[in-house]
Amino acid sequence: MAALEDILQRHPVWRGGASFPSAPAVPSGFSVLDGELPGGGWPTGALTEILGLQQGIGELQLLLPVLAALTTAGKRVVWIAPPHLPYAPALAAAGVDLIRLAVVRAPGRRDSLWAAEQALRSGACHALLAWFCNARYAELRRLALAAEASRAFVALFRPREAAQESSPACLRIALEPVEGELAVRILKRHGAPAAAPLILPLKNPIHALGRSPFSLPALRDARARRSLGLPVHA
Amino acid sequence: MLLEVEGSLRLFGGLERLIEHLREGLDAMELTAQLAVAPVARAALWRARGDGQAVEDLPIDVTGNAESFEFLKSIGISTLGELLKLPRDGLGRRCGRALLDDLDRALGTAPEAREFFTPPPRFAAMLELPAEVIHAEDLLFAARRLLVQLEGLLAARHAGVRAFTVFLFHPKGKSTAIEIGLASPAREAARLGQLLREKLAALSLACPVEAIRLEADDFSLLQARTAGMFGDALAEDEGWARLAERLQARLGHDAVYGVATYPDHRPEYSWRRVEAGEWEPREFRHPGPRPLWLLEAPRPMCEDDFLLLAGPERIECGWWDGDEARRDYFIARFSDSSLGWVYREAGEWFLHGLFA
Repeated sequence: MAALEDILQRHPVWRGGASFPSAPAVPSGFSVLDGELPGGGWPTGALTEILGLQQGIGELQLLLPVLAALTTAGKRVVWIAPPHLPYAPALAAAGVDLIRLAVVRAPGRRDSLWAAEQALRSGACHALLAWFCNARYAELRRLALAAEASRAFVALFRPREAAQESSPACLRIALEPVEGELAVRILKRHGAPAAAPLILPLKNPIHALGRSPFSLPALRDARARRSLGLPVHA
Repeated sequence: MLLEVEGSLRLFGGLERLIEHLREGLDAMELTAQLAVAPVARAALWRARGDGQAVEDLPIDVTGNAESFEFLKSIGISTLGELLKLPRDGLGRRCGRALLDDLDRALGTAPEAREFFTPPPRFAAMLELPAEVIHAEDLLFAARRLLVQLEGLLAARHAGVRAFTVFLFHPKGKSTAIEIGLASPAREAARLGQLLREKLAALSLACPVEAIRLEADDFSLLQARTAGMFGDALAEDEGWARLAERLQARLGHDAVYGVATYPDHRPEYSWRRVEAGEWEPREFRHPGPRPLWLLEAPRPMCEDDFLLLAGPERIECGWWDGDEARRDYFIARFSDSSLGWVYREAGEWFLHGLFA
């Protein structure tokens, strides 16, 4: 037994289930997630795919802690082809240093892929968020190589159906809204596959308003009042 | 052309390395040249004229003194070595003081003052293409030769350009002008060439090109800077400036921007597009939650599509600038469980943002 341990110590033998503590990563800001990710956070120098292009389910909140941490440390973050306008007041309120944020509008698939590769190759970008509706394996592979050279955290937002295709990303997660919360399912990671989806504690905007949400009867009441044209108050 | 090199030998790592450097530069510009080195300027000039031979073996016509040349030839003098052996007084009487002075300067026994060359403050050069060109790649190849010349001029002036123009000349006197702007002054031919490549890629050439011309006059002082070895912030800012100008060269200037908050209660006015990385933060607290996505334009909604979860937040302002808003904002949940920021104005419902 001692001999076996010795061999395992001395040689890099791959063992299923073993995590990769040496994988370079930045903390995601969610301890539930960090515990499941190899390296204890979002991988850097590799692609991360976030599947599910549905908007308004907390998909940006998932990345806010890492964006805030990087930008306040003076690291530049680039968003490529976002589907809507990144709203400055909300980002600033979440602690993102806006001076380190750059947005690139790229109309077509080719332009956005090109812009992403340029950003990674420039060495001036520490996190890259890009929205791709469709991208081929070869194109993603190119991007993965550029990411490897850059040591940046690269998050690609892609449609849910992309889960069927193979991908050079080292981490693939799928997002789903579950009763007002965000469930994160890890589809692919280095090491053993993860089983159960993780529920992330996101900030609820309703609490941020400083009021309790409508209770269900009140909600019906509100709808009834609204149809009467009366002002609605929580 | 005379170069004073003694002061620069250590910088270039010795005379051989310097000469190697010069030859590379001349090759890049496709010039043929005769290089010669001597302790004094005039001797170097004469040696270069005489195919780089030793001073004694140089033919006497390198002195450029045509009147005495005939006479010296007639008395059987053909090289400088033979000329120097003649008695000095007699030579002075027969050929004049000027030849003696020139010889003294070449031997370094008399000083020679020369004015340093000042490179011109603008650059313009034209290149006729050997054949008509239609492909951007070939144009780029030709343009690189001009860019190398520009780089040399800029290096001599310790300057960089913020903009340059490339003219493409087509048959029948037509021409196309391509203007290229840079985020920060630069002089490296490789970097300027990359920007030109992006511009050329976006351009569809309707007719072949016969000649190109490069013009630049917007010179600004460029401090020589060494690239950081460990990715220091300065090198990173420089990298970002280059990235931004590459992206802008291909996607348009407005395609790359930063965002900033702005003190206004109306959601569409409380942020601004700014030049990325050039913004002084201005504190402004909004009374309610704000969504991370804002829609480019509010989208009309049917009120059966969503459930109101919280609200309202009344935003009523802007009567002073003609774009008045009187809206009640709510947080709403849609059937696909996404959270939206909706508002009601004059009885109509609109979606304005998403709590992403």
